[in-house]
Amino acid sequence: MDENRRQFLKTMGVVAASAGLAALPKSANASAESFSGYPDRYGVLVDTTLCIGLNCRRCEIACAKENNLPPIDKPPEDASVFEHERRTDAQTFMVVNRFENPDPQLPPIYVKKQCMHCDEPACASACLVRAFTKTPEGAVMYDPSVCIGCRYCMVACPFNIPAYEYSEPLHPRVRKCTLCFASRLKDGRRPACVEACPREVMTFGKRSELIDFARQKIAAHPDRYVNHVYGEHEAGGTCYMYLASVPFDQIGMRTDLGDTPYPELTRSYLSAAPLVMALWPLFFTGLFMFSKRRDASDHEQQKDHEQSGEERR
Amino acid sequence: MSHIAAPSPLAVSPEWVRQKIFLGLNPADYLRSLVTPGHVIAWIILVVGLPVTFLRFSQGLGAVTNLSDTNPWGIWIGIDVLCGVALAAGGFIIGSTTHLFGLKEYKPLVRPAILTGFLGYVFVVVGLGFDLGRPWRLPYPMFVSWGTTSVMFEVGWCVALYLGCQFVEMFPVLFEWLGWRRLRAWAVKMTIGLTVAAVMLSTLHQSSLGGLFLIAPTKLHPLWYGMYLPVFFIISAITGGIGMIIFESTLSHRVFKVQLVGRDPKSLDKLHIGLAKAGAAVSYGYFWLRWLGVAHDNRWEFLNTPLGYWWLVEVIGFIAVPGLLFAIAVRKRSAFICRIAAVWTVLGLILNRLNVSIIAFNWQEAVRYTPRWTEIAVTVTVITTGVLVFEWMVNRMPILLDSPDYPPEH
Repeated sequence: MDENRRQFLKTMGVVAASAGLAALPKSANASAESFSGYPDRYGVLVDTTLCIGLNCRRCEIACAKENNLPPIDKPPEDASVFEHERRTDAQTFMVVNRFENPDPQLPPIYVKKQCMHCDEPACASACLVRAFTKTPEGAVMYDPSVCIGCRYCMVACPFNIPAYEYSEPLHPRVRKCTLCFASRLKDGRRPACVEACPREVMTFGKRSELIDFARQKIAAHPDRYVNHVYGEHEAGGTCYMYLASVPFDQIGMRTDLGDTPYPELTRSYLSAAPLVMALWPLFFTGLFMFSKRRDASDHEQQKDHEQSGEERR
Repeated sequence: MSHIAAPSPLAVSPEWVRQKIFLGLNPADYLRSLVTPGHVIAWIILVVGLPVTFLRFSQGLGAVTNLSDTNPWGIWIGIDVLCGVALAAGGFIIGSTTHLFGLKEYKPLVRPAILTGFLGYVFVVVGLGFDLGRPWRLPYPMFVSWGTTSVMFEVGWCVALYLGCQFVEMFPVLFEWLGWRRLRAWAVKMTIGLTVAAVMLSTLHQSSLGGLFLIAPTKLHPLWYGMYLPVFFIISAITGGIGMIIFESTLSHRVFKVQLVGRDPKSLDKLHIGLAKAGAAVSYGYFWLRWLGVAHDNRWEFLNTPLGYWWLVEVIGFIAVPGLLFAIAVRKRSAFICRIAAVWTVLGLILNRLNVSIIAFNWQEAVRYTPRWTEIAVTVTVITTGVLVFEWMVNRMPILLDSPDYPPEH
């Protein structure tokens, strides 16, 4: 075969192959298209002005029992658990933390912490094996059967919720609240912590209705609440939402998360990948052909030069 | 079909083993030749590292690491993976310089750089094997479940494909060593295609390692976080890769000088000064890009804070200064200054990756991560094993020198 034609076909092969590769993640990115959320998802509204914390922690007890986790480490009447702010871990899917009230005349504020069950979860978008799914009922579920244990979900989660079984050598799992999906939520029943609360701190219901309910509460008691439903828009919206009497950054909740759903943070970057796949082979193969051509013409010139030198002689 | 008929490629005679494995020595002499100060240090490192490895896999990550629920990534990601991949960039840089840009004079550096790159990635995967909770599921993102919205998915695919690509790039060396002429001729023909693939895959995953942190805007310090993070990662990988090529070839030419008898020692100096030119230019661009990142997101107020000073230490002390040194080296035609600049650049790259993954990460958290000694032991063990394999291969295969039995490629 003629050398030029072979080179041409080779180039076209590279272009076709890269175009094929480029098509692949493009179709995959479709799954990240903006999504307004499952319409009937449930949620939980936490009214932190009602929680008594000390001598109670019944939500923690119920959570441990429901999920077959070890019982809470100190009895509910032991105030020492509140000395340090706690987070969720592999054996604790929810914790109650205590925050001093900015007004020293008023009692401290207790805040329950667990998975927020984001509408567009960072963990799910970060997972390279799709171990996380958002169910139509609202729960963010983790499937250990595909997890490779890279813990990128933990890096991604803006609420620092997923925890890891670091002491498990063979089958370590990511652990977190499931909104009691398997045992309760999928049948439309409220999570164990909600049911256990003696003060009705938590309200379970359709997320859309909870937002209306939260607004009514704020409107009815503007003196009692700051005018914000935490979780309505944070990180694109979450199924757990909070009401509070003080600004949320004073009760351990991040107020710098923004309203952008977390998958958006990487989507535009990922969509550049197909461009590189399509254009780089073109550009660099072209560069190669250019430098080869240049070498060839240099070579010819040299030959001409030598020949003319011989002629002169 | 025909290449199977090549002169009995699979014949393993005692003489073959003696020549190919024991460097032509009898086993006793060979073992004696291994007793060198460097090897003794390496063995001590392995003697410490192997029990720690056993602990890691029998007791879990918690037994040997300081990783926590809030700090899920430590130095096994920060050094073994992030620095490992970036410093292995030399393979694609020298490969494309020689084969695609047509700067043929860099050819003596191609094979060592590709070997460094290949082993770099192999040991990145080994390091990852320590860090992953279930390393035996490493193929899952390829064959079991596709998480296409994840930057990690892209990293995983590209690193896997690039590892394969580099393995095939090693074929000419391996086949020359084994004496498989026909296979070697066939492997050499793929050079251009593989080099193009190497540039494409490297562009993608080098930048994606920075892209991993795009999803953590509230965790990574604002001076390091920004939309240009992927660009910073690929550009700095080029500076670090250039630094590593200079560093590695300087060492190789000392350690393996027996192999290079007769080669003009000045020839390496010339190549290093050529690379320094590129190093100076890329460092200059990278330096201003880092400022552009601060300007773009208007993060100026953070400069006058403790981490802001630290950012200045990195950007001025470890990008501008070594870049300037590269320029001075070119000016003065000094290979010595060039090598200092190279090591400085490599250190700067390591500092950057540690800043992004550990030091400036979770900067607002009360509980910070510092590595446990066992984590450092594993990292050092992994690097040492890589160096030993590098030495083993360079001692046997036509890497620093072309094999006299084969015509030059292209």
